[in-house]
Amino acid sequence: MTLRATFLASTTVLTLALGTAAVAESHVMAGDTLAPAAQQIFRSRELDEFPSIDPSLIQDVSGNDVARQLFEGLMNQDKDGNLVPGVATGFTVSDDKMTYTFNLRPEARWSNGEPVKAADFVYAWRRAADPATASEYSWYMSLMSIENVDAVIAGDMPPDQLGVSAPDDRTFVVQLSQPLPYFPQMVVVATTFPILESNVVEFGDAWTQPGNMVSNGAYVLTERVQQEKLVMERNPMYWDDDNTHINQVTYLIINDENAALTRYLAGELDKTEVPAGQYPRLLAEYPTQTLSVPLLCSYYYALNLSDSGPEALKDVRVRQALSLAVDRDIIVDNVLQGGQKPAYSFTHWATAGFEMPAIPAASMTQAERNAKAAELMTEAGYGAGGEPLSLELLYNTSEAHKSVAVAISQMWKQTLGVEITLNNQEWQTFLDDRGNQRFQIARGGWCGDYNEASTFTDLMTSTSGYNDSKYVNPEVDALAADARTSDNPQADYEQIEQIIAVDTPIIPIYHYAANKMLNDKIRNWPVNNVQQNYYVKDLYVAE
Amino acid sequence: MFSLIVRRLAVAIPTILVLIILSFALMFTAPGGPFTSERPLPPQVLANISAKYGLDQPYWRQITNYIWNVVVDFDFGPSFKYKDRSVADIIGAGFPVTLIYGFWSFMIAVIVGVSLGVVAAIRQNTWTDYLAVGISVGAQALPNFVLAPMLVLLFTLWLGWLPGGGWNGGQWQYLVMPVIALSTSYMASIARIMRSSMLEVMTAGFIRTARAKGVPMHRIIWKHALKPAMLPVLSYLGPAFVLMITGSVVVDVYFSTGGIGLYFVNSAFNRDYSVMMGITILIGALTILFNLVVDVLYAWIDPKIRY
Repeated sequence: MTLRATFLASTTVLTLALGTAAVAESHVMAGDTLAPAAQQIFRSRELDEFPSIDPSLIQDVSGNDVARQLFEGLMNQDKDGNLVPGVATGFTVSDDKMTYTFNLRPEARWSNGEPVKAADFVYAWRRAADPATASEYSWYMSLMSIENVDAVIAGDMPPDQLGVSAPDDRTFVVQLSQPLPYFPQMVVVATTFPILESNVVEFGDAWTQPGNMVSNGAYVLTERVQQEKLVMERNPMYWDDDNTHINQVTYLIINDENAALTRYLAGELDKTEVPAGQYPRLLAEYPTQTLSVPLLCSYYYALNLSDSGPEALKDVRVRQALSLAVDRDIIVDNVLQGGQKPAYSFTHWATAGFEMPAIPAASMTQAERNAKAAELMTEAGYGAGGEPLSLELLYNTSEAHKSVAVAISQMWKQTLGVEITLNNQEWQTFLDDRGNQRFQIARGGWCGDYNEASTFTDLMTSTSGYNDSKYVNPEVDALAADARTSDNPQADYEQIEQIIAVDTPIIPIYHYAANKMLNDKIRNWPVNNVQQNYYVKDLYVAE
Repeated sequence: MFSLIVRRLAVAIPTILVLIILSFALMFTAPGGPFTSERPLPPQVLANISAKYGLDQPYWRQITNYIWNVVVDFDFGPSFKYKDRSVADIIGAGFPVTLIYGFWSFMIAVIVGVSLGVVAAIRQNTWTDYLAVGISVGAQALPNFVLAPMLVLLFTLWLGWLPGGGWNGGQWQYLVMPVIALSTSYMASIARIMRSSMLEVMTAGFIRTARAKGVPMHRIIWKHALKPAMLPVLSYLGPAFVLMITGSVVVDVYFSTGGIGLYFVNSAFNRDYSVMMGITILIGALTILFNLVVDVLYAWIDPKIRY
């Protein structure tokens, strides 16, 4: 049963009663012996200093990784990415699917011993939307479709008008402005975690410093050194502390991935990323420690369909030809070599509930695709015997993007005779140019905000701020709108993917995989969680 | 001498003001901004943030506000990227780190570099000279972004003697590799400047006279040759010292030392305007200060120099 089906099987009241699941999760597997307490540590590499560890301000993956250990939200994810109870033991949905009522567990405590109350969630959610907080992630609250959220962000309504309330200490109610099938999936993000108001009032902006911060997760912050490390220790007040095994969590900030790998191999780290191109070698040398797991991100090229785009790209046959001529198998098997999958749809193949629709190109051989591409190009009047075509491909400066761009430009040249000029730019300049349609073809990468196909397909709607191709198709817009209220949104998503495959406003290239080195003594790593959201409280170190 | 110092300091203030204004102008001409990301922010959210950081004001207002805050309140503002920290926090935590590893790198570079240069010069065209020149050319040719990972491989992975990175309050084990990586190329430059300058001095008339008098060689070097030979090295050392104590992005990246070298580079990439300005002012002020120190030392070493 898919995640969505689990939650929406009944349109009436549905309560989650998985109280034992989270506990069972951290139990030691048969055949394993727990390592002694002194070895129950987890040391992970982070690329850069955390921009913030304040849940309302966190907007990146690394900040979320830290917040998930320090704080506990309404719901958690198990190692397969399914929702399991967190501070809430479960929730009910109203008949109109617009009111969610979460029941909070009475034993949940802050690290100072105070009980976690519904008011702490109300405070945190209002704070995240409050213009005075000026959170870059306030858009996430707006994505959650909470009642009045846009007016609060715009400053037209006071934050207390946000559609969240606490009828009593154990009940947290969220009022939505429209039904949102994937709403429960969204409450595992730091923006939705509770914050103790008295703690913020007492210390102001310094409340996130070690010694000041009061948190309700399995760990408490004990040390933070700029650009060096962040350390946390077990929180004895955590309601499920008895089932927690790891005693200390350390994040070491190491900017260079090769330096991080060396320190991993020297035993200073338990987890780090595999540097680009080194996956096959490391897998051969350290088969039990080298992982490749699906990651909910898609790599694509956006084609500029706006007025500033080239005339040739306005011809759908040219766009289809460019897409068909990309040999994705070569990209994933020879260029990337890290367990990525070729992409013919924008939505990542591992997205919950998403069934890959029938896309003709996906079932052809590359020879067939190339033949078809050449045919389309000739029909459009370009290529062999036609007008010569040259295009510019824009990407942000990076060795990995460059190797993909070089390979694809070769494919286009060989199959279609299209001359490609490669143009790389520094990140901010690149974003500026891409966002303002000053490109012909531009690299893009998109990571799902939540595990449901609309996090991808919504980008193809004409109103999306991230639709850099400026693709407009009223049919796609209608399907995306329908998916929000439909009992079967997956059908809409699949149809959108089929339309995109024909219209080709973007060229999907591959679906990401996360390549990491993980100490093989660390157990329960959530390899099947496509968002790679991990909870250290569920891990343990085996002998 | 006193009037020199006063005059120089009086010039320093407008110099720093020009530095601030030019950096501001460069910053605003760079595309993007601190809140540009893969996912463009909705206009309302961006407006809230711009208002919070004063980016909604006209440029001249932002510059005057900034200068006012720096001069009157000594307040360099919050970091735009690291929301939990102010510029003062970042420099306050990062500058002592670079100061420590930069200072030790400087000491090693000067002592080893000067010794190599002197030895090479007085044993010119012998195997000692070739060895010293070989070492310094080799060290110069080996960039620290190559040297740093090699050091980690050697001392951490293969020998297991030193931790692969981190700072840990500046314990010596954590200092060894950053100091080697940072000092090597400076040491090489100092050795080469020292050698050529020493060679020149050794052929000077007053040295010949000393030798003719029968003054022992070690006395000639220590008493007569070293001081004048140091002058070209000294003018190199002023800026070099500032560069070293303000850190190196390579050292900070490979050894996770947490210094401001990394912040200086990253703040430019992140368009973290306030951090970029703060570190620019710090480096600008230190450069002015140490150029002054060099000038004062010059006058002390060479009494012929008058300002």
